[in-house]
Amino acid sequence: MESPLLSVQGLKIHFPVLGGVMKRQIGSVRAVDDVSFHIQPGETLGLVGESGCGKSTLGKAIVRLYKPNAGSILFQNRDITHASQSQIRPLRRDMQMIFQDPSESLNARHSVRAILEEPYIIHNIGTKEERRRWVNELLDRVGLPASSAEKYSFEFSGGQRQRIGIARAIALKPKLIICDEPVSALDVSVQSQVLNLMLELQQEMGLAYLFIAHDLAVVKHISDRVAVMYLGKIVELADAEEIYRNPRHAYTKALLSAIPVPDPRAKKDRVLLEGDVPSPINPPAGSAFGHRIKHPLYEQTVGKDLPLSEVAPGHFVAADPCCLSAEDYQRCIAKPSAAASV
Amino acid sequence: MSDTLLEVKKLITAFDTDAGLLRAVDQVSFRVKKRQTLGIVGESGCGKSVTAMSIVKLLPQPSGRILEGEVLFKDRDLTKLSSSEMQKIRGNEIGVIFQEPMTALNPVHRIGKQLSESFILHKSMSKKDAWDASIELLKLVRIPAPEQRISDYPHQLSGGMRQRIVIALALACRPDLIIADEPTTALDVTVQAQILDLIKEQQEQLSTSMILITHDLGVIAETCDEVVVMYGGRVVERAPVDEIFHNPRHAYTRGLLASMPHLDTPRKTTLPVIPSMVASLQNFVIGCRFCQRLNRDGSTLRERPPFLEISPHHWVEACPRCVESL
Repeated sequence: MESPLLSVQGLKIHFPVLGGVMKRQIGSVRAVDDVSFHIQPGETLGLVGESGCGKSTLGKAIVRLYKPNAGSILFQNRDITHASQSQIRPLRRDMQMIFQDPSESLNARHSVRAILEEPYIIHNIGTKEERRRWVNELLDRVGLPASSAEKYSFEFSGGQRQRIGIARAIALKPKLIICDEPVSALDVSVQSQVLNLMLELQQEMGLAYLFIAHDLAVVKHISDRVAVMYLGKIVELADAEEIYRNPRHAYTKALLSAIPVPDPRAKKDRVLLEGDVPSPINPPAGSAFGHRIKHPLYEQTVGKDLPLSEVAPGHFVAADPCCLSAEDYQRCIAKPSAAASV
Repeated sequence: MSDTLLEVKKLITAFDTDAGLLRAVDQVSFRVKKRQTLGIVGESGCGKSVTAMSIVKLLPQPSGRILEGEVLFKDRDLTKLSSSEMQKIRGNEIGVIFQEPMTALNPVHRIGKQLSESFILHKSMSKKDAWDASIELLKLVRIPAPEQRISDYPHQLSGGMRQRIVIALALACRPDLIIADEPTTALDVTVQAQILDLIKEQQEQLSTSMILITHDLGVIAETCDEVVVMYGGRVVERAPVDEIFHNPRHAYTRGLLASMPHLDTPRKTTLPVIPSMVASLQNFVIGCRFCQRLNRDGSTLRERPPFLEISPHHWVEACPRCVESL
């Protein structure tokens, strides 16, 4: 197997909770709690989950906008877990990010040209003339007229702004782009335009994406493999077709069945969940989802690790007796933890 | 027509702007039947929310106003009512659910106070009775431990719980009509499923009609009896829900349905797109605005297409280039 572009092992990101008069640490939010996965060159890994599950934190930690508390991040076989800012900067050429709200991630005081030139200037690439040409090429590539270069980001619609965000991300021809809800704020008809653009760019440039989103139909469309997160942990990870056709974890099943189907004739077999996602400040001691659905086996999981196991080739699921069929659970415990191979 | 609860006739709503008087809603007509749900779907800026806010007269003041048209609710024209008469209808006969529950609730008042208010105001209840009625209401929308929750402030509740409170507020006086503007857009899918389920259940119990405004075609398919598709401030298509999804006639409705990835769309294939984007309000042509988006030129841009019933209950803005086999 080709060595992975990105490999994340046992990553933990905890935020301190301060309280009391002295603002001492009284607890911690386990935003990302022991997460492992890898991404191959040119591959798209979709990451889905509900708000507060830690998916955005995970994305930001990979580009080292957050400092991990434990675990390791290997990018192109280099350990960047504890790399300093000066060590990480050259690596950012190969690792870029696209944000949900392009109006907040683009500087409103800079012209589009200044925004798109900036990556070249920071990394000291090209002459003034070359940069000028490259910016024009970038705009053309993402489907914006060359005249856009002299405008400011607020003069554009949401879809066009996201195109500018994409142009900035691909400026340095990266290998990996972390996309945090890149189309969630867009209208349906514009969303499909941006998704098509992202697919074309992936083809042309051999890009890998970590595609973070809550819209499961969108994630399925763009991804090769999909990971489902719940309360800071990956609970299931498999090939995109497989996870939608044959979900094994109870949470994945509930999530899939909750998607409204755009067909009034469709028959719905809905698993209606009670309650909300529990708070990551004070998570249940055992299976987080088992706790939400008040599963009778919940007590068994208290204080236990529920590691990912490979139940079928390439299909990983947390070994949780509350959330799996009896057969799948047996398969999980028959195998040792598969975290290293995810 | 006795089974009609609300009828909107050729409604025109405009805003005063620096660029002049702009029509955000341009001759919109539809009808809501008793106990039925009408969905209004469209992209941002199509005028769906302005239509709803015109019905209950909650337009931004002083810039927004209704220029023409009628809003007939139980044989009264709401456009002719004074603001004090409207206040008696809003929250009493018509309940409103807004998208963002945090902004619809007052952050400095307890839940109980906000719920009691509508009972005291519309039903002339005493404070004590209103408080008890509020607890009943919280039970109705399945808030756990309502006796404790009623003394909470909005920020102490999760997003899903807050939206339940907003629904409770809209249901408080057992209205005949609920207007829900993107009631689940800010929520996660599993919570969305709970809330839609709750709205449907309450609607059946109280035999309430509803106008549901959303951009999510999945939500439309699951909750509505009839659908209005809006584009550029106008209704381009109006039909029973099954017709909209299985026999869409206007090119915009078709494009909207096709551009959405489904779970059974082949992966990583190019999605059909509607090219270009919506023109801005001041640049809209008089004629077919979808032709304008597609950069077509010629006669369809100059003349407004008629709104025709092409088959029973199926209405479409009959632009000859946007609707096949007219």
